This record gives sequence, C-alpha cells and structure tokens, in this order.
Amino acid sequence: MNEKSLNAKVAAQDQDTVSSSGMDLSEKTRSASFLQQDYSINFFRSLSDAVDICDTDEAMRRYPEVKDYFGRNFRLLNRQFPEDTRGGYFVRIKKGKTVELPIQACLLLKARGFQQKVHNIIIVEEGAKAYLITGCSASETAKEGFHMGISEFFLQKGAYLNFTMIHSWREDITVKPMSIADVGEGATFISNYVCLRPVREIVMYPAAVLSGDSSRASFNSLILSYPGGLEDIGSRVILRGSQTQAEILSRAVSLGGKVVARGHLKAENRDVKGHLECRGLILSEKGTIHAIPEMESDFRDVDLSHEAAIGKINKDEIEYLCSRGLSANEAQSVIVRGFMDAEVLGLPALLKKEIDSLEEKTFKGSF
Amino acid sequence: MLQVKNLTVEVGGKTILWDINLDIKKGEPAVLFGPNGSGKSTLIKTIMGFAGYNIKSGEVIFKDQRIDNLPIEKRVKLGIGIMHQHPPKIRGVRLSQMAHFLSKEQNKISDTAERLSLKELLHRDVNFGFSGGEMKRSELFQILLQNPDFLLLDEPESGVDLENISIMGKAIDEFLRQKDKSALIITHTGYILDYVKAKAGCMMIKGKFWCVGSPKEMFKNIREVGYENCRECHERKEP
Repeated sequence: MNEKSLNAKVAAQDQDTVSSSGMDLSEKTRSASFLQQDYSINFFRSLSDAVDICDTDEAMRRYPEVKDYFGRNFRLLNRQFPEDTRGGYFVRIKKGKTVELPIQACLLLKARGFQQKVHNIIIVEEGAKAYLITGCSASETAKEGFHMGISEFFLQKGAYLNFTMIHSWREDITVKPMSIADVGEGATFISNYVCLRPVREIVMYPAAVLSGDSSRASFNSLILSYPGGLEDIGSRVILRGSQTQAEILSRAVSLGGKVVARGHLKAENRDVKGHLECRGLILSEKGTIHAIPEMESDFRDVDLSHEAAIGKINKDEIEYLCSRGLSANEAQSVIVRGFMDAEVLGLPALLKKEIDSLEEKTFKGSF
Repeated sequence: MLQVKNLTVEVGGKTILWDINLDIKKGEPAVLFGPNGSGKSTLIKTIMGFAGYNIKSGEVIFKDQRIDNLPIEKRVKLGIGIMHQHPPKIRGVRLSQMAHFLSKEQNKISDTAERLSLKELLHRDVNFGFSGGEMKRSELFQILLQNPDFLLLDEPESGVDLENISIMGKAIDEFLRQKDKSALIITHTGYILDYVKAKAGCMMIKGKFWCVGSPKEMFKNIREVGYENCRECHERKEP
C-alpha cells in the first residue's frame, strides 16, 4: 500500500483531531505509519528497513508465524479476549535494530455510532529498540462511537519499547482497551498514556508480565477528566522473573469528572522491586478521584512500595506564583500544567516536544 | 512610598498585629526586628495580600494608592516584590519558567543566573531538592528579574552560610542602591545589615511597634542583651 501519503488519507476535517492524538501526518518525523478508520485500513507504510508495518489481518497472511502470537499473551494470563475484531496494526522491529524516529499508528472513529474493535500485535525482536506512538481519536461525525483496542506486546530478550498512547476522543465516545505485554529477559517496556480531551467513558487495565529475568516495565499516565466523564484507568505489572523492576506512575486532574486510578504490583519471584505512585488534583467540587493501589507478594524478599496523594491545589503554590505577578487563574493553569509534566514519560526530545505542545494547547488560558 | 496606617490584622480569628503605623520612603529601606512569633512575617504577608491575613482596620498605601483590597498580582504590578522565607515546591514548574514570568530578556536571565551561580538549577523544578542557600539565591534571582520598586525581605539570611550571605548581601545592597528603590527587611541575625544601608529600624514585639531607631544600634543592643532591654525601655515609656 505505497500509494500517496498518510496526509492524503485523512479527510481535511479530521486532520486536527488526528494531529491532536500525536500523529505526524507529514510522516517526516516518523519511521513508519499506520491508519485505520473505522474498519477500513487506509494506510500503512514503513520508511525503515528495520520496521514491518501493516494491519494484523494482512500480517497473518504475509507472515505465517504471526498466528502464533495472536492471543498468546491472553493465554499467558488465562484470560479471554474478544475475537470479533477486525484490523488493528501489526508492527515488528527487527532483531538488533534501533529505530530512532517513532513509529506511529492511528485509529480513527468516523461513522456515527461505529463500533471499532481492533487487535494490535507489536513484536520487538531481540535487542531491538523503538518508540511507538498510537493515537486514537474520533471525527466530529462519530457520535456515540465505541472503540475497543486489544494490544499484545512481545518484547524479546534485551528489547526496548517506549509505547505512548494518546487518546483524543469526544464527550460521547466509550473506550475499552485491553493490553498485555510479555517482557523478556533484560527487556524494557515503557508504556505511557496521555488523555487530555473529554470522553464519556474509558475503562482499561493494561498489564505487563515481566517473564524474563532482569526485565523492567514502567507505566505512566497523565489524565485530565472533564465533567460527565469517567476514566477508570489502571496499570498492572506481574513481576515473574527474578530481579525484575516495575514502576507505575499516575497523575490525574479532575475538572469535574470521575477518575479511578488503579495500580497493581504482583511479585511472583524473589528479589523484585516495584513502586506505585498516584497523584490526583481535584479542581472542581463535582470531581472525584479514587486511587486504588494494590500490592501483592508471595515472597518476603521483595521491595514493593506505593504513595498516593489526592487533593486540591496547595494555596501556598498559587500565592507564590501570584507574588511573581500571575493571576490566580494563570497560577492554577501553570500548576496543573506542571503537575501533568510530560517529563515523567521518558520520551525522546522530539516526542516530548510534541506532547508539550498538545498540553500547551489544552492548558492555554485557564479552566 | 509605602505607608501602613493603624493596621490591625487577624489570623485565624486571633489578632496578631495591633494598630501598626509605618511610613517607608524611597531610598530609605527599613529594618524590622523582633523575637519569633512577634508578627513580623504577618506584616509582610499582609502587605503582599496573602489569604488568611484579615485586615480588621487600617490601610496599606503604596505609591499613594490604597492596595489592601487588591489581589496579590496587582500589588506586584504596582511594584512590590517579596523574597519568601519558605517558598513552596512546585512540581513540574522549572526555575527557568519562573524566570520567564518575570523577564522576557533572555540575556538578563542568564547573566543573573550566572552571577548567583544558579545555572544548574534553572532546569529543575522550583525549590525541589534545593539546599537552603540555593533556595535563597533562587528567591533573590527571581526578585532581581522582577525588579520591583519596593522589596519585602523575610529573613533573607536565614539558613544561609557565610559565603552565600556575602553574595546575597552584596546583590541586595546593589539592588537597593538604585534610584527610587526601597525595602522592608526582616532580620534575625542582622548579617544583612553589614551590607544594606538601612535608615530606620523598628522593633516589633507582640504585634506592636515598640520603638524606632537606628538599625545598627538597635541590633547591637539586641545582640548584647536580647529583647529584655526593649521590654524595660518600653515599660519606662508607657508605664
């Protein structure tokens, strides 16, 4: 599917919303791109020899071995998964390759009331390193839409993947992603989630299984919750191999919506280490934040910890900024913006800058 | 420049300042002495307009304008600046960002940071992991960028080692020597007086001004005999 460009495949009226989910329509700063609108696979193209990219159905035809991966992570945890999916993206980063520019995958809801169910498969082969950014967004026409994205990540020995998912939905969209990563020996999986736009309901509890010894996972989420919305978002890491490490960090700001911030660290081996941190700011009387951190261990020799803090903005911080000439409203914006600092996502400069500018747009002015 | 007239202030339902009067002129910085808990910081915070400092009676006038009903940032725009004693930490807000709120001149920002040996702190979240001295220098850095006409200094030398006191003292002195500047300085240790030429000293005890005099002499007295003398002297004046 080498015709035209990604830019030509996204309708003019959808370009803003797609860009707001972190997509570079020019492809200039990306090494590979994928676009699925509802159930039509509109575009995929790899600009790097190190990256295979296509839709999952096509991948199963092209590469027979992909069938073995389909559903494997769910079997790993004895979990069921919906099989009525169509499409989704397949990304494979080849052994030993480092892909500097991010790979991007875009899932767009377009038709009114459309129910999009996709199954993504991401394989990072031994020693490979890449950044993957997935942007999910809804066109203005996609009223009452539904999106369910299954993602299975396979990180082989020594692999590194920084996966950043940006959601840019609308007030009447319901979203239920399901994601499991299997992280092999010495591999590192970083999973970032950014949701700065309104949504009706998001329920997700992605998991990483640190199967290989000395593997690491880190989940970071930045969530802005609007009145009427529900974000029930967790992250789970199962520390199965020895000397594995996990970190879960969540920052939620409620402008009136309900946020449930879950986190679960499960130690299944000795000598593992995990930390869970949840911070919430409630800016409106109507807002709710419910932090549910869980830690579980079958062994003594583990180091699991958590900290959670929820509340309103500290008055001293507002006044400090006011004493430097900012109005109380400006001060609040600056504090919230700082609270949602993209620095925590461990992104390369380019992506960090892109997320910063998305945040800049969101926090422009005051609430 | 700054006048405080018959100011009585309550904090949490308790009167902390009683009928305070103050008149600080351009080029004539004043020093505020007094034991812990006497109300010195309350006066500075009331002048700045922080929440929780309720004016029961009296006025605060700056540049011939009543300011006691203005929000903090309006007072800042009129030319008041404060060096905080215990500045808060703000996650995700870098010192360099604070600098940009205060000045648009990149050269001035880097020169001032250089001068106060703060370059390495610019990219850090403000006050996170700053040492006592770094925090003070960061406060001074912000003030120099803000360039206010009237400076409120709340114990600029507390928690600072001698080397930093010298850096800060010189910078504050240089700042206040500029035309049309003035200040109200709270000091405990008096070190700052080795650098800043203050005209007047006031002694505050239990929320009242007890006496006014030469700052150097007042401080010498405090150093020798503590605040006990003030009490006696006060009782002689107002039996």
